[in-house]
Amino acid sequence: MAYKPLNDVMITGDQTYATMDDRIGALVLNQRIHKRNWWIMFTLGLMGAGMMATSISWLLYRGIGIWGNNVPVAWAFDIVNFVWWIGIGHAGTLISAILLLLRQQWRNSINRFAEAMTIFAVMCAGMYPLLHTGRPWVAIYWLFPFPNIMGVWPNFRSPLMWDVFAVSTYFSVSLLFWFIGLVPDFATLRDKAKNRYAKVALALPALGWRGSAKHWHRYEQAYLILAGISTPLVLSVHTIVSYDFASSIVPGWNVTVFPPYFVAGAVFAGFAMVMTFAIPIRKIYKLEDYITARHIDWMCKITLATGLIVFYGYILEIFYAWYSASPFEWDMTFNRRFTGPYAWAYWALIFCNGIAPQAFWIPWCRRNLTVVMLICQFVSIGMWLERFVIIPMSLTANFLPASNKMYYPTFWDFAMFGGTIGFFIFLMFLFVRFLPIINIFEMKDLLYKIQTWAKKHDSEREPVATGGDH
Amino acid sequence: MQNTTSTNEPIEPNTTAVEEMREQIQGKTGKAYWRSLEELSDTPKFQKWMDDEFPNRSSIMQINRRDLLKFMGASFALAGLAGCRGMFLPQDKVVPYVKAPEEMVPGKPLFYATSVMLAGYATGVLVEQHEGRPIKLEGNPEHPASLGALDAISQSEILNLYDPDRANIVINTSSPSTWDSFSKAIKPVLDAQKAKGGAGVRLLTGTVTSPSLLDAINRFLAIYPSAKWHVWEPVGRSNVAEGAKLALGKALDTVYNFKDAKVIVSLDSDFLSPTANPGSIRYAREFTGGRRVTGYKGEMNRLYAFESSPGLVGAMADHRWPCKAAEIFGVASAIAAALGVTGIDGSAKIPAESAEMLALVKDLQAAGSSALVIAGDHQPASVHALVHAINAKLGAVGRTLQYISPVDGGVEKASDLQSLVGDLNSGSVDVLCMIEVNPVFDAPTDWKFAEAMAKAKTKIRLGIHENETGLLVDWHLPLTHSLESWGDARAFDGTVSIVQPLIAPLNDGRSSLEFVSFLAGRLKSGYDLVREYWKIAGLGADYEKAWRTAVHDGILKGSASPPVATTVSLNPSSLVSPKVGSSLEFNFRPDPSIYDGRYANNGWLQELPNPLSKLTWDNVLMISPAKAKELGVVDDDLVEIRSKTGKVKAVVFIQPGHPTTTATISLGYGRTAGGVVATVTNENGKMEGGGFNAYLLRTSDAMYFTEGFEVAKLSGQFDLATTQGHQPLEGNKVSQFPGDHREIILDYTLEKWLAEGEAIHKELEESSEKYKKQNLYPEEIFEFKGAQWAMTIDMNTCVGCNACVTACQAENNIPVVGKSQVGRHREMHWIRIDRYYSGSEENPQVNWQPVMCVQCEKAPCEPVCPVAATVHSHEGLNQMTYNRCVGTRYCSNNCPYKVRRFNYLNYTDNQKQFDVRIDDTKTNVRIPLLKMLNNPDVTVRGRGIMEKCTYCVQRINDARIESKKQNREIKDGEVITACQQACPTQSIIFGNEADKTSQVARWRKDPRGYLLLEELQTRPRTSHLAKLRNPNPEIKTAEVTH
Repeated sequence: MAYKPLNDVMITGDQTYATMDDRIGALVLNQRIHKRNWWIMFTLGLMGAGMMATSISWLLYRGIGIWGNNVPVAWAFDIVNFVWWIGIGHAGTLISAILLLLRQQWRNSINRFAEAMTIFAVMCAGMYPLLHTGRPWVAIYWLFPFPNIMGVWPNFRSPLMWDVFAVSTYFSVSLLFWFIGLVPDFATLRDKAKNRYAKVALALPALGWRGSAKHWHRYEQAYLILAGISTPLVLSVHTIVSYDFASSIVPGWNVTVFPPYFVAGAVFAGFAMVMTFAIPIRKIYKLEDYITARHIDWMCKITLATGLIVFYGYILEIFYAWYSASPFEWDMTFNRRFTGPYAWAYWALIFCNGIAPQAFWIPWCRRNLTVVMLICQFVSIGMWLERFVIIPMSLTANFLPASNKMYYPTFWDFAMFGGTIGFFIFLMFLFVRFLPIINIFEMKDLLYKIQTWAKKHDSEREPVATGGDH
Repeated sequence: MQNTTSTNEPIEPNTTAVEEMREQIQGKTGKAYWRSLEELSDTPKFQKWMDDEFPNRSSIMQINRRDLLKFMGASFALAGLAGCRGMFLPQDKVVPYVKAPEEMVPGKPLFYATSVMLAGYATGVLVEQHEGRPIKLEGNPEHPASLGALDAISQSEILNLYDPDRANIVINTSSPSTWDSFSKAIKPVLDAQKAKGGAGVRLLTGTVTSPSLLDAINRFLAIYPSAKWHVWEPVGRSNVAEGAKLALGKALDTVYNFKDAKVIVSLDSDFLSPTANPGSIRYAREFTGGRRVTGYKGEMNRLYAFESSPGLVGAMADHRWPCKAAEIFGVASAIAAALGVTGIDGSAKIPAESAEMLALVKDLQAAGSSALVIAGDHQPASVHALVHAINAKLGAVGRTLQYISPVDGGVEKASDLQSLVGDLNSGSVDVLCMIEVNPVFDAPTDWKFAEAMAKAKTKIRLGIHENETGLLVDWHLPLTHSLESWGDARAFDGTVSIVQPLIAPLNDGRSSLEFVSFLAGRLKSGYDLVREYWKIAGLGADYEKAWRTAVHDGILKGSASPPVATTVSLNPSSLVSPKVGSSLEFNFRPDPSIYDGRYANNGWLQELPNPLSKLTWDNVLMISPAKAKELGVVDDDLVEIRSKTGKVKAVVFIQPGHPTTTATISLGYGRTAGGVVATVTNENGKMEGGGFNAYLLRTSDAMYFTEGFEVAKLSGQFDLATTQGHQPLEGNKVSQFPGDHREIILDYTLEKWLAEGEAIHKELEESSEKYKKQNLYPEEIFEFKGAQWAMTIDMNTCVGCNACVTACQAENNIPVVGKSQVGRHREMHWIRIDRYYSGSEENPQVNWQPVMCVQCEKAPCEPVCPVAATVHSHEGLNQMTYNRCVGTRYCSNNCPYKVRRFNYLNYTDNQKQFDVRIDDTKTNVRIPLLKMLNNPDVTVRGRGIMEKCTYCVQRINDARIESKKQNREIKDGEVITACQQACPTQSIIFGNEADKTSQVARWRKDPRGYLLLEELQTRPRTSHLAKLRNPNPEIKTAEVTH
């Protein structure tokens, strides 16, 4: 396929293969590069991880009752956070798999980073379905279909059962995909490492990579196959998560538009989170040459596009509530979302997810990193609120008015949520320090393509733009 | 932890106490030795040594470091060993009976008849007993006050029996003692009194209906002729007796016959509530019996209610007028005057309009002898007198009511508490014996009982808990529970029941009969005393046979008091009219759950939602919405109520339908002693419950209602725990747009139903068909040709009394979760009674809707459970497999009826009550007391498990086993669910729907029947029957919206 590598915007500065190896490899090999900022973030993450460990211990000791869940609101922060985290993971898979298959080379500088986020987000997410059960010690194996003497199988009709398979598949495929992509880079770093211990440590995961043509051939095949497997997962995981709600009879949950709208929401939240991490890190570690303003611009555009899909979903929800002529649905929409005790959450959601991202129509907003960061935060909050509006709010009032009850979270609800955020930061900053956060060899490949293209079309070459918009 | 035996090496006490004991044992052999040890163990010194963890040290601080470490080391090592019990430590032996008790089959319950008392009046019960362990109280069908049903409070007596906080040893001025010491100490005191005829002896009891106890008291008074007997009931019936004296010349009890009543006027009487009337269960049965409608035919009685505080009667009433309690006299006068009772001035201002009163009186006159006017026990004597005159004028005496000589034995013989206070203050009381009363807590404040009591030289209290009064006495003696002792009692109509023990006393207690007899010098067991009494009183020709029959039946047949012929002679000038002021009237009422405070240590009752307010664990200042607006307060606001004698902090609760001119305060809360549950407090920001002490406001001149208190708003709010929040009015018809026919409650007027019932039913059928057509699945889901269980609840006769809730709790081992958990909406009751209002905020109509798992044929909970823990049985039950449940709670989310309950915490074990254990020093066995209460047929659920109503599947299985043994089908009516059994009004019918002749099949086909949320096509097996009302067409106020 003939395409025009945007050399002036995907990689800036005077780059050679060696500078790339050095600049990216240095984050791992030159540990002195990590200064106070790293330690602040790491400590913050560690504290959060500690809080998470504390709340998990207390949860296992005391029971789900430490949270604010009740009857009728049997699912609240636990499932809200689960869906939120798993959604965040989706950007990584989309970037690494779908953009790879679509040969979007601009993904090369952000895919490693986004994939790591996927893994860590799925780790955070995966804890919730297990820990939210009343008896995790039996849930951990009764949810799996193992042949047993009682002849009892899990209930395959239950969306929660599908969840188990969806999330576990997603995690294992993502992990594998990430690791395979890392192998050539481990080898590069192994070769460049001077410290003996670092050499050994990097040699082990490098799996004896020598960069032979055979290796590359196999690598490409494996990577492509995994991309093929991952692609449907991008769509299926969140679709199945949405079935947890869509297949129930709860007003506010029972909406057929949920699968596409959840997937779009996941990508929306995921890109916001990628930018939330990418923007400060590229600044701290001076990676602006690899993650350029153009990258941010593209990501903003995807955020805007998916945001519009999500917003359309909100409008459809209202439409269906009215069109269904079901008094329960309309009651939910009108009395529990537009008005009622939690209306603030609904309108905040509409602002965060519907209104705020519209700023990305304006090129200036996509270029101004402060604005981008701000809108990304709105999106993250908005997507969390979306799940809050759907999950506990719908449960506070449904069929019999006598069972309408309010839901109030407790300290431990926030502790667990804050704890997983901390845990995520903790893992991200370990990743920044000990693994190459940008795919070195893919960047070199990109550089090669840019340079060969440039040679071929030297005469046609456009004047160098400084990351402006095209 | 308690030190157990001296074989425990490190704790070998080389102290004088043990030396002394050894000395005593020395030189004795064989039987003497053992007897001596027993004697020894009864000495206060030994008891003290036994109770002390570190004997002869005043505190743990006196143990030196090395010893402490040694103890710790030993404890840790032994703690480790405890885990290995069964591997190499001797195991507790479980052996079968060598000689089985008669009739006992292990695993099969036995039922014994006995009675429980509420404020002295007996209700007959059948006690379910498993292997000698009573676990549940059910109504005795032969008993006139029960008819097979049982109210919530009486059912909770079983929890009182196992209450770990019960007084379990004799306490002498706050140190442990024994009965022997007591008897030795009291003998000289009594002997000294005997010399002066017992002039310094006072006996204080609650209401006594027991013939044998009355006899014992008489014997006591015969020995001590100058001694006096006083009776104190905080919510007594003295006004009733006074009223009867005014109108009838002597104190007589009124027994009503609602069966024949066609028009009933309640003057602030909550005759459907057990806290307001001792015959409530029977009255509820008869009253609702007169309102049953089958098909399109039927008659209903008509109930008019004047209410100063919203209660069950007002909720059932066809016409209701909220008013001040003081205005009732005016209402009674108006009715009396209109009916032509001579000399009555009926011109007082009353809450009803004159046209309404005219219609009411016309209705009464038309009903004639089938009319009935009933006044609340708390109403002043003058109202009762007027009501007697009204009923006489209507000719109702002998038909809808009759007079009997008073059941309360104290009415004629005993003095009141006020005279006792006088005697105490004059210093003439030497010995004060109290039985199960708590006047320090509940006597009117102006009598200052605690101060007066301090003047008695010897104060003795026999009581089931060491309560506020118990803490101030010299001798506190443990009282046995009625399920542990022999006795007798009489019901509201005078019927005598023999009370038999179901279990050996758990504590070292004596019954009140034994105690009074002991004071009179007769040291005999309760059994002998009761038998002797009845031998003399006469039971029949063959005494032994008659006795056995009476004990077996639980009642003495034909012992109801005969009607007393009497004539009403009312002197109108003797009627004192209560003053009606212009300010807010405060009503003191017994709490619907914990009564006057005596049930405060009962977790079941504390957590039982009050019928209308659905409030648990607290009492409140209950006011109307309009009054709240006027006072500038909202729900949960803290206020201070100031009276002349005191002030208390209270929480505002706004109750729709509450009279605007009155406020209600429940008595019995704010306990400071008497058990862990009774004394939960709201301090330190912890939401525990416990309420405030309304007795601090109550004075002897205004026992039930008064004006002139001030209400001052304080800053801050206080969280109350309710099981159902405020809904908008018309909450049952939440129409959002035209065409929205969402109806959760169906209600019609009788007139409309009789006229248009068939058309209404046809319309319902059509919509039902429409829903069925939307269904993708075939009509017959269950191919199984066997029993198909179903239930029907008649909302028309449900009075909202909560009996079913407690019955379910007792039957199904449902834990108490505590106020903070109820506040988080995690109450565990499997059955709830939803309350819906319709109409205006000032005087709404109330509908009760009991909802438990409706056992959907296509249950939304089932497909969503990932581990198949909730599945369907072939008999149509939606079953929970507790073992399999992992607690995802998805089933609860998907349940449209929200009847599933989740164990968010370890509710079964985490209650404070379970931590307290009694220590049987004789065998060193520690008994986790409340675990004895559990029904062995029902799994006790642990943390993290979902649970719900099972249609009492254990009872179904029991019946199935019986039927299989006899090679037959299960008969209709053989399986009775716990809720059905307890229901006083028989509003719940359960049975096999597949058997078209069964009662449930007939009820389900009743045209009033409908399925809750039928539009969801969950196909519930529980159906509800529509509510009917019978308003007087001449009165427009209470128009039903349909």
